[in-house]
Amino acid sequence: MSMTMQELTRKLLTREAFLGLFTLSFGAVAGLVVGIPIIGYVLGPLIEQPPEIWEKVTFAGGPNRGRPVMADSIPIGQTEEVAFQARGPLPWAGTTATQGAWLRRTGPSSFIAYAIYCTHLGCPVHFLPQPKIFLCPCHGSVFNAEGINIGGPAPRPLFTYNIRVQNGHVQIRTHPLPVIT
Amino acid sequence: MSKGSIAEPPERGTVQETRPAIQRGNAAPSGPLGTLFNWGTATYNFLDGRLGIGMIYRATAAHPIPRSVNWWYVFGSATLFAFTFQVVTGIFLAFAYVPSPDHAYQSLSWITHKELFGNVIRGIHYWGASAMVLLIFIHMTAHYLTGSYKYPRELQWLSGAILLFCTLVMAFTGQLLRWNQDAYWAVVVGAEQAARTPFIGSWVAQLLTAGPVVGGNTLTRFYAIHMLLVPGLMFGLIGMHLYLVIYKGISEWPVPGEPVDPATYWENYQRILHEDGEPFFPAGTAKDAFMGFLAGAVVVGLAITVGAAALGAQANPIAPANPRPDWYLIWYFALLALIPPASENFFIILFPLFGFLILLLMPLANKGERHYSRRPWAIAVVIFAASATGLLVWYGYQSPWSPVFINDVTIPSVPAQAMRGLNATQLAGAHLLHTEGCMACHMIDGVGGQRGPNLSAIGSVLTRNELTWRIMAGGNNMPSYGNTMTNKQLNEILAYLQSRTAGSAVIPQSGSHQ
Repeated sequence: MSMTMQELTRKLLTREAFLGLFTLSFGAVAGLVVGIPIIGYVLGPLIEQPPEIWEKVTFAGGPNRGRPVMADSIPIGQTEEVAFQARGPLPWAGTTATQGAWLRRTGPSSFIAYAIYCTHLGCPVHFLPQPKIFLCPCHGSVFNAEGINIGGPAPRPLFTYNIRVQNGHVQIRTHPLPVIT
Repeated sequence: MSKGSIAEPPERGTVQETRPAIQRGNAAPSGPLGTLFNWGTATYNFLDGRLGIGMIYRATAAHPIPRSVNWWYVFGSATLFAFTFQVVTGIFLAFAYVPSPDHAYQSLSWITHKELFGNVIRGIHYWGASAMVLLIFIHMTAHYLTGSYKYPRELQWLSGAILLFCTLVMAFTGQLLRWNQDAYWAVVVGAEQAARTPFIGSWVAQLLTAGPVVGGNTLTRFYAIHMLLVPGLMFGLIGMHLYLVIYKGISEWPVPGEPVDPATYWENYQRILHEDGEPFFPAGTAKDAFMGFLAGAVVVGLAITVGAAALGAQANPIAPANPRPDWYLIWYFALLALIPPASENFFIILFPLFGFLILLLMPLANKGERHYSRRPWAIAVVIFAASATGLLVWYGYQSPWSPVFINDVTIPSVPAQAMRGLNATQLAGAHLLHTEGCMACHMIDGVGGQRGPNLSAIGSVLTRNELTWRIMAGGNNMPSYGNTMTNKQLNEILAYLQSRTAGSAVIPQSGSHQ
């Protein structure tokens, strides 16, 4: 009862079978040709990373807003909000071309820059100068002046950026959005 | 009737078969009116011969529905009305909206404040979004309670579940297009949450922001998702959803004690249609039209009287912000604030995943009782989900866990009535409650935050030593002030707090402290 090889071949190699196979494979190839570049395009941000660079830091608020932060323009022990240019901003990025950080001067030429993002869910933390704490407006996480989480749901200290002083200018090392994975 | 006869291939339509109104044309009046009538008939026949509109009419408007279809069936079409509202107003908002981070906010501000009827169009889009979220949940609930997702409508439910997911994506991406502080920080918070996904978290986060940080690429991607990708998907899914309404028919109102048996259901359903069915038009469409009109009237009324959501401050990564999602996501914001922080890593990813998975897998239980009176668990699930969501939305707006900032930046001050009759030390202490940030979390006489205990009458509740201990050592969510506060400052704050007694409090408070 079983089909002989010849019968099977004859059955599979009909005109209809060939044309059907042709249609499907043609469609699959066309899909791949268009699909691969599209997937690459969508995943572009993961593949093409702008380089990490040192950026000058400016004051984000107060009377000196917009002025560059020099090594001696913040008293030792004080924390100020600063702004710096995001990595490779696009010409139409508008306000999002800048990033914020809290810059604390810890010594004559030593600084710590804390990311503005709360380590709980990323809301921007406020610094209260008098009690020297960072307070998150979303769920009330509290960090002390050293960025250590001391209250609320935040699971870890504030993220920090690398800082250096070059020709008197304070510079920050740009970094992707710090996340807890 | 044979199996599937509800969508049997129709013959090429003729006037007499399809339009009873024209059939009466046999008695067409003579004279000019009759000539006009004959022209009309000829035109119809011309079009029907080329477009098959009679066939479409018989398959849709004339398709039979059970006579037991009642007012609980109107929410699907009302959701569709809301979707149509969104498509139309969305198209016209796109006439003026600039999807670029340096102008999005300004263009929306122009639409809202300057453009003729701009605020109404934006208002309809805003309230229409709320209406659609609300209606799609009611639609789902109604068909969950009546077991309409069971055989043979499992894939109808599945397409609806995906449409529900799409609707929430639209709601989230839509609020982002305002490109205000809430929008900017919603992207950041969304990325931070997505980053908790195991293994691929940081990639997902960077895909959401379309770059290392929120920037020039972020808004355009969300714009394309909101304007093209998801609506296109929704058009397809709605097409499938409506096709299935016709192909598998509208479910009959369930009868307790008559469980669904795939072996007999379809035959029985055909019998119901045959014995107790009526055409969808006009019996079904009249209810749908009324509900659609009601939903539309409410949406347009709110758009004209209340208007669209306030724009707030422009997106700015360095300005202070106090971000809040819109109501349809604020319940999740509240939930994340209320669960123990240790469980968050699992919860943030697993809760939405499981919720959606349960919706997708529900039609696997496609047999048995449909009527809610025989499915007490279904009623319990609905009551629990609805009251939990309602409570969380309300709680999200209260957000007692959030510190209070005036204009997103200033710590509240002790109110004047709580500073009467104080000596110099106590006054200095009252001022310190502002500068030390205490009032962000603590309330005195109705002013301040609710995260920590109310201090209006704390002097009657805690002794000086107990107060000292709490301030210096901290605890629970209270930071310790031991390292930053001088003895003088501590004494001033203690002096003020001790003056806050049950007698001094304007609004007497029971000590709600720990």
